[in-house]
Amino acid sequence: MGAPPVAEELLVAITSDVDVVSARQKGRELAAEAGFSSGDQTVIAAAISEIARNILMYAKRGEIALRIVMNGDLDGLIVVARDQGPGIPDVTRALQDGYSTSGGLGLGLPGARRLMDDFDVVSIPGKGTTVTMKKWRRRHAS
Amino acid sequence: MEVPILKQGLYLIASIQSALTDADLSALREALIERVGKYRARGVIVDVTALDVMDSFAVRTLRDIAHMARLRGAETVIVGIQPEVAFAMVQLGLTLKGVSTALDLEEGLAFLDRQGRERLDRVQGRGTRGGTTRG
Amino acid sequence: MAAKGKDPQAPSLDPQAQSESTAALLRELVAHLRQNRTQLREEWARRITRAQLLTAMTEEEIFAEATSVYDNYVEALETGTFEALQAYARNLSERIIPRGVETHEVVGIVLLLRDVLARSLFGKYHEDFDKLNRILDAYEPAANRVANTVAVGFVQERERIIRQQQEAIRELSTPVLQVRERLLILPIIGVIDPQRARQLTEQLLRAIRTNRAKVVVIDITGVAAMDSNVANHLVQTVEASRLLGATVIVTGLSPEIAQTLVTIGVDLSEMATVGDLQGGIEEAERLLGYKVVPLEEPVPKA
Repeated sequence: MGAPPVAEELLVAITSDVDVVSARQKGRELAAEAGFSSGDQTVIAAAISEIARNILMYAKRGEIALRIVMNGDLDGLIVVARDQGPGIPDVTRALQDGYSTSGGLGLGLPGARRLMDDFDVVSIPGKGTTVTMKKWRRRHAS
Repeated sequence: MEVPILKQGLYLIASIQSALTDADLSALREALIERVGKYRARGVIVDVTALDVMDSFAVRTLRDIAHMARLRGAETVIVGIQPEVAFAMVQLGLTLKGVSTALDLEEGLAFLDRQGRERLDRVQGRGTRGGTTRG
Repeated sequence: MAAKGKDPQAPSLDPQAQSESTAALLRELVAHLRQNRTQLREEWARRITRAQLLTAMTEEEIFAEATSVYDNYVEALETGTFEALQAYARNLSERIIPRGVETHEVVGIVLLLRDVLARSLFGKYHEDFDKLNRILDAYEPAANRVANTVAVGFVQERERIIRQQQEAIRELSTPVLQVRERLLILPIIGVIDPQRARQLTEQLLRAIRTNRAKVVVIDITGVAAMDSNVANHLVQTVEASRLLGATVIVTGLSPEIAQTLVTIGVDLSEMATVGDLQGGIEEAERLLGYKVVPLEEPVPKA
């Protein structure tokens, strides 16, 4: 992909459960601005909530970056979650339903992946994890 | 943010007013379970109309509330889940299995009344009534 | 459209002079086409009929359209601007598409016109081969661009109409009906793709809320095939409806679909299913506490 026009990036630091709420609220607002339907806004907010909580649970702190991109006749919302935590030893397994090392529902990553259109995890044990996820919507032809 | 819990007859009604953090949700769970015993409540209604998103933690907490309340003798019903929220929940794979749901507060109260009558019938050995039952 | 020299000042290749001569040739050409308008137009219409194009139209109609196309064609050659022609092509397409005119016919007739006009140029300049060549050099790019404009205009209009119809069908194809207080019916007919399944679910959930529905009957008698994606979507719809406090009954699962679902292992254990729509409605009424009794028979006393 070339360099599509990029709007400014919204950065939310994740250090406590209050930040999880504010990250998903900011995501919803941005999605509304980009013209996503209220159904999609909810889906995006839920996905952000899941990965933000993952940061909190496994890495204690990190950040979530949100931005809107345009690609041809598509508008997209990109969410990047970064942390310098312990990393995920087996990403493939972490993306399977029901896999959890925290005693949770194990829905964090696989759930968020189901909600979004594109989903990518890069994790280096001992260095940290970056989750990039995108939701697209077709711009209405006039 | 603390969630107000109202006592109405045999029921407790927790009406969520705004977005909740994980800590808020856990506090709500503890408060409800404590009060079920204190007020000898037979039913719990959690009104989530104001929630514009429910993630796995929120759903797990609601499910825990329902299961714990049942162990303490109260039936729980979750009311007011918004259409978009419900759709996002099922896409996430969160279905609140084993927990009763109703459209709104009014329906939730009617549901608990019906449950109460059926329980009374069972206790008094009157057998099953005609009319409606939902699993 | 003029020749693109790297250096416009280069004296050896004078693009300005060249484009001027092209313009002069085009002027001459246009004058010729105007002069022979009647005859060429008739020849064109004849060849359209002979090639069995535009069979959905009468000969008079073909002649009338041929005249308009011809004039627009010559005008585009003359002015070198294509906006008017584009607008005309759109307008023409709008009129002839509903009558069943196909893309190959439209492409066919503009190519025929190009040929008819080229033949006439051969006829006029056959004694001066050099001039003929220069005339054709001027004519061909312009003529091809005209053909292109008309054909593309037609295809775009066709696509626009198809998109419009698809949207209309989508809207029509998911009616949520209230048949009784608190009872909704959603008959699904045709092919379900993920987008439609999504739209259908959103519409149903909103209807449950606004109608305060307690029971929904989803009838899929009119659904011919179902893959695991669509089946899972159906399961999600049922679950989401339950979260809103409504019970869903699915009716009309065909033997083929039932077989597919079991073979691919979709878990429908949580779903209430009833054979046909009538049975589904009866079950729904029972859940709602209704009892339907024929009017003639006396209602039995309790």
